[in-house]
This record gives sequence, structure tokens and C-alpha cells, in this order.
Amino acid sequence: MELFDNHKKLFTTAFLFFAALTMFVAIIPAINNQNSNAALPGAVPLSADAEKGKAIFVANGCVACHTQQVRNVDMDKMWGGRPSIAADYADNHRTDIWRNTATLMGTERTGPDLTDIGNRQPSVDWNLVHLYNPRIVVKESIMPAYPWLFTVKAEPGKKDIVVNIPAAYRTGQQGKVVATPEALYLVAYLQSLKQTKLPDGTTAPEFLYKRAETQKDATALQELDGKALYTANCQTCHQAGGEGLQGAFPPLKGSPVVMGENLEMYVDIIMHGYDARAEYGVMPAVGTNMNFTEHEVAAIINYERSSWGNQGKKVSAEEIKKIMDVVKLKVAQE
Amino acid sequence: MHLRKFFWIVLFGALMILPPFTKAQEQVPSKFSLGSNSALTIILFLVVLALFFAVLVLNEKAKQIRQTGKKPVDFKKLKTYAGALSSKQINTVLSLRKKSRQGSVNAVPAILFITLLASSSSAYAQTQGQPAPASLLGETGVIITLILLFIPILAGVIILIIKLVNAIKQYKNSASREEAEKLAAYLKTMPEDEAQQLLVKKKKALDYRLQNNELSGNIAAEDDKGLINLNDSNGLPLVATKKKAVKRPNINPQLSRLVLWYLGCATFWLLFGTTIGEYLGIKFVAPDADHVSWLSFGRLRPVHTNAVFWGWASLAMLGLGYYVVPRVSNTSLASIKKGWYTLYLINAAVILGSLCLMAGINNGGGEYREYIWPVMLLFGAGLAITLVNFLQTIARRTTREIYIANWYIVSSIIFAIVISVVAYVPYWQNGLGETIVQGYYMHQGVGMWFMLFTLGIVYYFLPQQLNKPIYSYSLGILAFWAQILFYTLIGTHHFVFSSIPWWLQTVAIVGSAGMAIPVIAGATNFIMTFKGAWYKIKDSYTIPFFVVGIIFYFTGSMQGTAEAFRSTNLIWHFTDFTVAHSHLTMYGIICFFLWAAIYAVVPRLTGREAPQIAIGAHFWLALIGLLFYTIPLMYGSTLKGWLWMQGKPFIEGVVLMAPYWLWRAIGGSLMWLSHLFFAYNMYRMLVSPGIIEVKETAIQQLELENNTIQTA
Repeated sequence: MELFDNHKKLFTTAFLFFAALTMFVAIIPAINNQNSNAALPGAVPLSADAEKGKAIFVANGCVACHTQQVRNVDMDKMWGGRPSIAADYADNHRTDIWRNTATLMGTERTGPDLTDIGNRQPSVDWNLVHLYNPRIVVKESIMPAYPWLFTVKAEPGKKDIVVNIPAAYRTGQQGKVVATPEALYLVAYLQSLKQTKLPDGTTAPEFLYKRAETQKDATALQELDGKALYTANCQTCHQAGGEGLQGAFPPLKGSPVVMGENLEMYVDIIMHGYDARAEYGVMPAVGTNMNFTEHEVAAIINYERSSWGNQGKKVSAEEIKKIMDVVKLKVAQE
Repeated sequence: MHLRKFFWIVLFGALMILPPFTKAQEQVPSKFSLGSNSALTIILFLVVLALFFAVLVLNEKAKQIRQTGKKPVDFKKLKTYAGALSSKQINTVLSLRKKSRQGSVNAVPAILFITLLASSSSAYAQTQGQPAPASLLGETGVIITLILLFIPILAGVIILIIKLVNAIKQYKNSASREEAEKLAAYLKTMPEDEAQQLLVKKKKALDYRLQNNELSGNIAAEDDKGLINLNDSNGLPLVATKKKAVKRPNINPQLSRLVLWYLGCATFWLLFGTTIGEYLGIKFVAPDADHVSWLSFGRLRPVHTNAVFWGWASLAMLGLGYYVVPRVSNTSLASIKKGWYTLYLINAAVILGSLCLMAGINNGGGEYREYIWPVMLLFGAGLAITLVNFLQTIARRTTREIYIANWYIVSSIIFAIVISVVAYVPYWQNGLGETIVQGYYMHQGVGMWFMLFTLGIVYYFLPQQLNKPIYSYSLGILAFWAQILFYTLIGTHHFVFSSIPWWLQTVAIVGSAGMAIPVIAGATNFIMTFKGAWYKIKDSYTIPFFVVGIIFYFTGSMQGTAEAFRSTNLIWHFTDFTVAHSHLTMYGIICFFLWAAIYAVVPRLTGREAPQIAIGAHFWLALIGLLFYTIPLMYGSTLKGWLWMQGKPFIEGVVLMAPYWLWRAIGGSLMWLSHLFFAYNMYRMLVSPGIIEVKETAIQQLELENNTIQTA
């Protein structure tokens, strides 16, 4: 065949074939996508600090293990309230003349997805301790430690942010561990990662491949797995044994709040956070961020009251429902 | 003899089938005690009917045999027998004929007794077969009774068959004996001249033997073309001795030097890249191994992937390409100088790129395009120079057609340049545009650059090492175009369920399924090339590498197809399954093929071979290491994906993976160890050992003496 014996024709054909397919599956869809999508109206652009933090995130190759995409499948529900859509990424542009756009969707989830990490884990204290060495707060973690984002100062200045690191994780240095601006930028970036609400009247795409739910909703909700909820939402700070972390996160084991009679305060802390004690970090509004229902709050309280030697009174979801309404009113009035 | 064997097999088979059959019959009533009585009746009736017919057929056959009458004496047949006698038999006949004629053989046919027996047993079977159960069914007791009846019926039929077979045999024997009698008489009474003609002459012919010197004569053999190559190593070998590589004459030493430099640099990058990979594997088990920013996981991971991609595999491929392209064009390389430029540029790209990545300068996160554009531009320029060089070489080829290896090699370079341009030009990379391009780029890099080029290398070296042509040129062409068609589409299957357009995801999945065509075509082509040459595996130290490469080419590629479907994406996406898959393919296919080609070509260029035991160690450590690496990782990540689907807390998946990550580190260590052996083998093949070789030294001494005599 003439085509096969003429190198010009053969290789030109192969090139054109490949180039045409490339246009069809890569270039045209890419251009369409970037032209037909804009950021959501509610999207908050990255602050200057968060922008710098993103550069640090990129430089250290965090995307190797952390995705930033909530897929439209049921199993991804834990990473965000709705599946990610093209508009969520529309505001990503070329970084600078040297570097390409960092959309950072990722292809591996060796670590958790970060799409909504700003809501899930907003505590600055926790993030800093975790960055210094993840195993301080999550024993099983295999994430690298980033001690080079911190310095050691004998006498920290007023503006310095001191991070309370347990002695076991200090390599013999004296003085206080202080977060560098880079560490704070990175945390600012992580805190900025929140799923934007869709504009009113827009329905989010559905989560597919739903798990088959058993037909006993009411009872099932009451018997929610308090332990799993605790592991997913509370454990990173208060630890699996409820002992907390000295100087950062208070213990729940034997805690007067957990065991005490003031259920209103307990629920308030879970739903709206807490910052009354100087020796510990600020607790974020975990319950509100994660849209806890009264069933979930009750399950967590019951788990905390019956673990690690705690022996408190069990609560019911109805009880919690009433308190939650009261607390919500109070917060609204403030 | 055959018949007998066959019937024994049938009998054995029947006995094997019988117990489960009866068991099934027993289970039926307990399961469907009321509903399916009629079905049961029908089954039983059919079985009995079948048995009845079998008996009738057998009886008919027996009758036929009994009725076969005696035939008249057939002299023609007897003559044929006499002509087919062996030398020894003729000898006996001739000596007997000399003696007086006396005595005769008497055979008593036993056929009557046998047929009687056969008919009686068939009669017995008939009577037993008659009571066909038609009513009273449904009661367990009745069913059991029927089964109990059925057993002796079956046994009776089996006995009948055996007896009948024996009867047939005996009848045939008696007929043969009769014929033998006639033959003996014929041989005895044969006239003398006929006996001379038929027997004595025949005996002479049968006794003829070659002297073994009809063609060679009586002169001693001489190997004046140097064709005979004896392995002169004596003593007990530690490993089986394989065929030595044949030194290739007429390779331009300059080209040879270029190729060797490419392969040498590639070996360095393999060691460098996999040392880092090994360290990364260890970090999964010991995350606090170091706290140095330049060595942190996120920065080192792309250093590993890019070094083995652009440093090791690309340089090795190009080096082999510089050997293959001019060879199959039957001409010399257009420019050796340009070949060196590419080598410099690519080495510079990998050095600079690795340093940039460790310093925290990268392109923004897309896999395999972590090098920033100024670095990747060096690589691209290197490719462009080689493309021009190869095209010019092919343009001056002295063959009419372009051998298929060159299709693959040159096209892969064209495509690699195209994908680099698409990946680095910024106009379509905002937002999800970046992701779509990323999916396209990362998979085309693998499939259109590494896979296509390597296939080109295999199309040259596999037939060469097997010393036979490729099985089908057409299959190679089919695979070529099918690969372009389907592979180009599949990039976005890395983003299934993401927010890129659903239709694009579907196209990618369809393309992944279509990949079965080029993969099956290619694998079939390679396997069929082995047809009639499988024995060469044991004589060669290169062919085992090809075999492993072909196996992984099929399994690894088809695994990619399996992973692309939506249902499998649910379980495996985002887990370490992807890592296992990429190692099965990039390592199992690409590396094994490259090693095979390197072990084939380097001894031809240098005249030195690596020790076979070190090559064996390389092969086995790499193969076993790869399996240790990938299998636990695939198993563990399947469990992890399942855990995720159950909505379990994320950290449980991390805990679950710990043992599998340890296995990965162990497998990775074995792979890394194999690369040390490979590097040593390269050293042995490249560098003169500096040991005094007796024959060579003697010749040199003679030359020296000769020179001194001449000058004196």
C-alpha cells in the first residue's frame, strides 16, 4: 500500500488522526468548560494569606494524597454537602508565568478529601499542632510532619503564635515552638476551603449509588453509632481515649461538662463551639458546621457519657431537640 | 486395544456419575415434595427408556456379529501380508521352508460360547429393563425403591457392555487366527521362485543400513566457516548455561558509543528514581523517617515518577531507538551528533526538574507534568531533535517499506511532542480545563509515549531474539491504528464521577473498553511469534524478560480496562489500587521489555556479557518484588474501598492499609535490589574487566614480537 511505504504520508496520517482525536477529547472540551463556567455568586475569593497558603500547599505536593473533589456518589457524602460542580473550580487561573493552573482535584485519597476541610476542622490550634506532627493528634496518621514550618524561640514576642507541642515530639530543643508565617498561610488556606452554597432555587446534582437503607428509619436514627460520629467529628482533638491533649484540647474523660447537669451548656458547646478557657485552644462550632441533627447530638453525648469510665445519664433525642431550639434562640438573640 | 480402553473409560465415567446422580434423585423429593412429582416421573421414565434403547441397540449389534459369514480365501490379501513381513519373520519363514513340511495348527473357535453368553446377558438385561415405573410415584419410599431398582439395571447394562466388547474381541481374534492359518499355509506352499522374488529380496532391502559416510566420505570433518560454537566452561555450573550473544559486526563504533551512553544514563536514572521510590515506600510505614523539607513525601513523589519516566524509561527507549531505527531502515543514522544533543537535553531536564521539585518549585500539581515549562521545554526540544533525526534516517532507507517498529517509534515521538504542547500551552487550562487536559496528558504520556515506543522496540527485538519473523504484520498494523483510536479517548477515566462533563467520562470508559482490541491484537501477535520457538526460553536470558513483559502487557492493560468502569471506580478509585496498576504496567510491561532489549543489544555492541547468575538474580528479584508490591496493595485497597463505601471513618482505612503498605515496602525493596544487579550487569557489559585473557594476550605478544622483528 502506498500509504504504508511513504514515510511522509504515513506519519502525517498518524499525526492528523491523533491531533483530531486530541481536539475532540481534550482541547475543545477544555475550552468549552473554561468558557461556560463562572464562579458561584456566593464564592469567596481566596484572601491574600490563603493565596500564599495555596502556593505552599502546591509546593509541598499535598495533592499527592489529598483530593479536592466531592464525587457524585453516595460514599463521598462525608466530604461535603453536595457533589462538586464545574463552577466550584471556575475561579482557578494560571498561577504565574512559570506555573500552570492549580485546580488540585487530585487522583489519590491517601489522606482525607479537603473540599470542605474549612468547615470540618476550622480550629487553628488543631491545624498547627497537626502540621507540626500529625501523630500528636492522630496516632494512626501517616502524613508527613512539617516541623520546618515552625521555629523555636526562647522568648516569643507578643504577636507570635505559640504552639503547644508535647515533650515526646520535641527533639530536645528548649524554648517555645512558634508558627512561621508560612504555617499560618497554609492554615489560612485550609480554613478557606469550604463548599460554597448553591444559589437559592438551584438544586445540587444527586449523589448516585445510594447505599440500600433498611426500612426502620425512626429506630435506626435513635441507635446512631455514637462511636463512629465521635471518631469522625471529635476524636482528632479530644482523642480516642477521651484524654484530650494537654495544653491544646481538654479531656472529656471525667469532664464536668460531660458529666454535669447543665445539658444546655453541653449542647451549646457541641453546636456552637467554646472559648472560655485560656489554657486550651478555641473549639469551633462543630455541630453547626456539620449540620448535626438532635439524633446525632444525642448519640455523641450518650457515647461520651458512657465511655472511658464516664458514667453519665443517658439522654433522648426529644430532650436534645428542645434544648437545641432554646440554644438556637439564645444565639440568635446575642 | 483402543476399544477396550475406551470402554473402560466409559465404565469409569458412568460409575463416577452414578453416585451424584442418585443423590440428586434423592434430594429432589425432599426439596419439592409435592410440586414436581410429574417432573420426576418424566425423568425416571426417560432414563429407563434410554436404557431400554441402549439394550436394544447393543443386542442388534451382537446379532450382526453373529450373522457375519465366513469369507473365501483371498490370495491377494495373503500376498500383501507376505510382503509386509519383517526381516526376522522372513528369516523364520525361509528357514522353515527349508525343513520338511509337517504339522498343522488347530484353533477351536470359542465364538459360539461367547455369543451364547452375550445373548443370555442381553436377555437378562432386557427382562430387568422392562418394569418401567409409570405410576405410584411421589412417595419417598417408592422413589427410593426405584433408585434401588435403577442401580442393578445400570450395573446390568455395564456388564452387558463389557461382555459384548469381549465377545467382539474374541470373534475378531478367531477370525484373525483363521486368516493366520491360511497365511502360514500359503507361506509354506509358496513356489521357490516366488519366494525368492517376494521374500529374499525383501529381506535384503529391509536389512540395508546406511554407513553414515555416504555424504561425507571418509575424510574428517572440518568447521572452516566457524559455525560450531561449543561452551567450553567445565565444572559444575551454578546456573544453567544459556546461549551466548552473537557479536554484531559492522556497527558504527560512534553509533555504538551513543547507544551505550543512552543506556548507561538510563541505568543511572533507574537507580536514582527507584532509590527515591523505595524511600517513599518506607515512608508509608515510617512517616517520621526524616523531617527535611527537600525529602518530604509530597516533594519526593514526583521526583520518583518523573525520574523513572523521563530519565530511565525515556532515555532507555531512545537509546534502543537509535539502534533500531537505522537498522530496520538498512541505512546509517542521519546524524550521530544530533543524537548526543538529545541525550544532553534530557539529562539536563531530569537533573533540573528533580532539583526544582525538591526545592518546592512545581507546575501546579498535575501528575507527570510537575516539571515547570522551562524544564520540560528541554525535554521537548530533545524529542524534537530526535524526531528530525529519525525521520531523516527513515527518508534515506534502502528498504521500500517502513518496518512496523519504525511506525511505532516515530509516531510515539510525534505524539509525545503533541501531548507536551497540549499540556503546557496555557490557553485552555482555567478551572476544569486544567483537569480535562491533565487526564488527557497523563494517560497519553503512558500510552502514546512509553507503550507505543516500547512496542516498536519489541517488534524489532522479539523476532530477532527468537530468530523468526513476527507472526503477523497485519495484526501489528491493526494494533497500531486501534491504539491511536482508543487510547487517545481514555484520559478522563481518571476523573470518573468528578465534575467534568458526564459524556466525556463515558467516552473515556468506552475507549478503555475498546483498548481490548489493540491489546489482544498485540499480545496475540507476540505470543504467536513464539509458536514453535517456546523451547528457546530455556536457552536464553533475554526471552524470559520478553515473556514477562507480554504477560503483563495483556493482564496489566486489561486490568486498566476493568478499572475504568463506573462500578469498579466506586471501589478502587482514589485507593492504592491505581498505584499497583501503574507499577504492573510501567514496571511489568515497559521495564521488562526494556531490560530484555538492553540485554540483547549491549553484548552485541561491546562483545561483553554479564554473568548469567546476576542476570537471573535481576530477573527473579524484579518479578517477585513486583508481585509482592502489587498483589497485597490491590487486595488491601479493595478492602479499603469497600470500607469507604460502608461510610466508615476515614482513619480506619489508614489503619487497615498498614500491613499492605509494609508488603509494598518489602516488594519495593526486592525490586530495588534487582536494579542493583542490573546496574552491575550494565557495568560488566560496558567496562572491560581488566583481567588478563590468555588467548588474547598470547596473540598480542606474538604481534609485539613480530613488530620488533620487523623493526629490527
